Amino acid sequence: MKNLIRFLTKNSFVFLFVFLLFISFVLLVQNNNYQNSRVFNSSNFLIGNLYSTINNVNDYFDLKEVNADLAQQNARLQSTQIGTFSKINGIVVEINDTIYAQKYVYTSAKAVNSTTNKRENYITIDKGSLNGIEAGMGVVSPKGVIGTVKNVSENFCSVMSVLHEKNAVSAKIKKSGYIGSLVWELGDYRLAQLKDIPNHVKLNVGDEIITTGYSMVYPEGIMIGKVVDFDLPEGNNFYNINVELSVDYKSLSHVFIVKSWMKNEQKELEALNNAD
Amino acid sequence: MIRDVIKYSISFILLVLAQGLVFNNVEFGGYIVPFLYVVFILSLPFETPNWMVLVLGFVLGVAIDTFTSTLGMHTSATVFVAFCRYYLLKMVSPRGGYEFNTKPNVQDMGLTWYLFYATVLILLHHLFLFYVESFKLTQFFYTLGRVLASTFFTLILVMLVQLFNYKSSTKS
Repeated sequence: MKNLIRFLTKNSFVFLFVFLLFISFVLLVQNNNYQNSRVFNSSNFLIGNLYSTINNVNDYFDLKEVNADLAQQNARLQSTQIGTFSKINGIVVEINDTIYAQKYVYTSAKAVNSTTNKRENYITIDKGSLNGIEAGMGVVSPKGVIGTVKNVSENFCSVMSVLHEKNAVSAKIKKSGYIGSLVWELGDYRLAQLKDIPNHVKLNVGDEIITTGYSMVYPEGIMIGKVVDFDLPEGNNFYNINVELSVDYKSLSHVFIVKSWMKNEQKELEALNNAD
Repeated sequence: MIRDVIKYSISFILLVLAQGLVFNNVEFGGYIVPFLYVVFILSLPFETPNWMVLVLGFVLGVAIDTFTSTLGMHTSATVFVAFCRYYLLKMVSPRGGYEFNTKPNVQDMGLTWYLFYATVLILLHHLFLFYVESFKLTQFFYTLGRVLASTFFTLILVMLVQLFNYKSSTKS
């Protein structure tokens, strides 16, 4: 016994080391799931507040870029206003810019009928082939994406809304830029589902989802909605994400029909790839 | 003695804040992260009881881990370094032991001694930390590259800290 105590005191340094290392490994294994560590993580009161203060400071460093963006946006909006209200009487708006090649033309229109409770929902709009509307054009509102023109008559067109089980919109997460596809899986007309976002992407509730502009139906960066909740099923590589749509389909009025000048060009080019 | 306790407490807080708020965000190409906080363990006086070095290492690790929500990762690495420090100090001790009132820094021990001492401990710390972080050997060489590059940058920062201390203490 005496020897044992002598042995322990002699090597107390090593034992303390082994003990502390053991504790830290236990902590490591128990807490590698972030949510389990409630106290010692970055979302606790002290460090959470510290981080938000730092973020407030950091925001100032981006002011210059933000100002430039806003100035650019102001210029763009101003030019659309002049075109809309003085010259062409609100039917067709064309912006001729010397710096940018014209890519999209907006036609303002009004929704006259809309459904939200079917499996395939359509919106009827008061502009038709006489106004230069063709099938395949995109429809947006100031709040966000509405849908795609499907059928056109002389004075009206019907729009396949996002609330259509066969309509998929190419969408991306604004913050991280990851691209997925937005579909509506029936049910609640305020919620759509974002697919194909891989499990390593960091997501937050409230992340904005916008259009990609890949299909040339909608311009890039049109608002679609915000993430309301998400989960990652066991053994699955992709998230299930619920997106609250920014447009309320039950209260539609003024919308814009978007004509893409370059859509056919892009399609022809991409068809060449298939032909080879 | 009391002055030292206050001095080291302040440097502890400053280092933890600097690491948590600044250096954790420094990522050269998502590859190199400098971990300056190790300098706290390096700079503890020679007379510090060994058990205290271990405990301080543990506390330091928990503080750093709290910022990154990786409880246990930095803690195990700092405890490991505190352990290694004891044997390294024994190994590189001058004949007749360390003089009273000297500290492990460039000024008291010389540049070569300090460079060797710092490089070995930082390398050990980074090796331990990065391999615990990746927890697998499949990306052995990728991780090793990260270790070496990060060690280099941490070392530069540590030497900068030494430079600042050097100036202030020659003045007083």
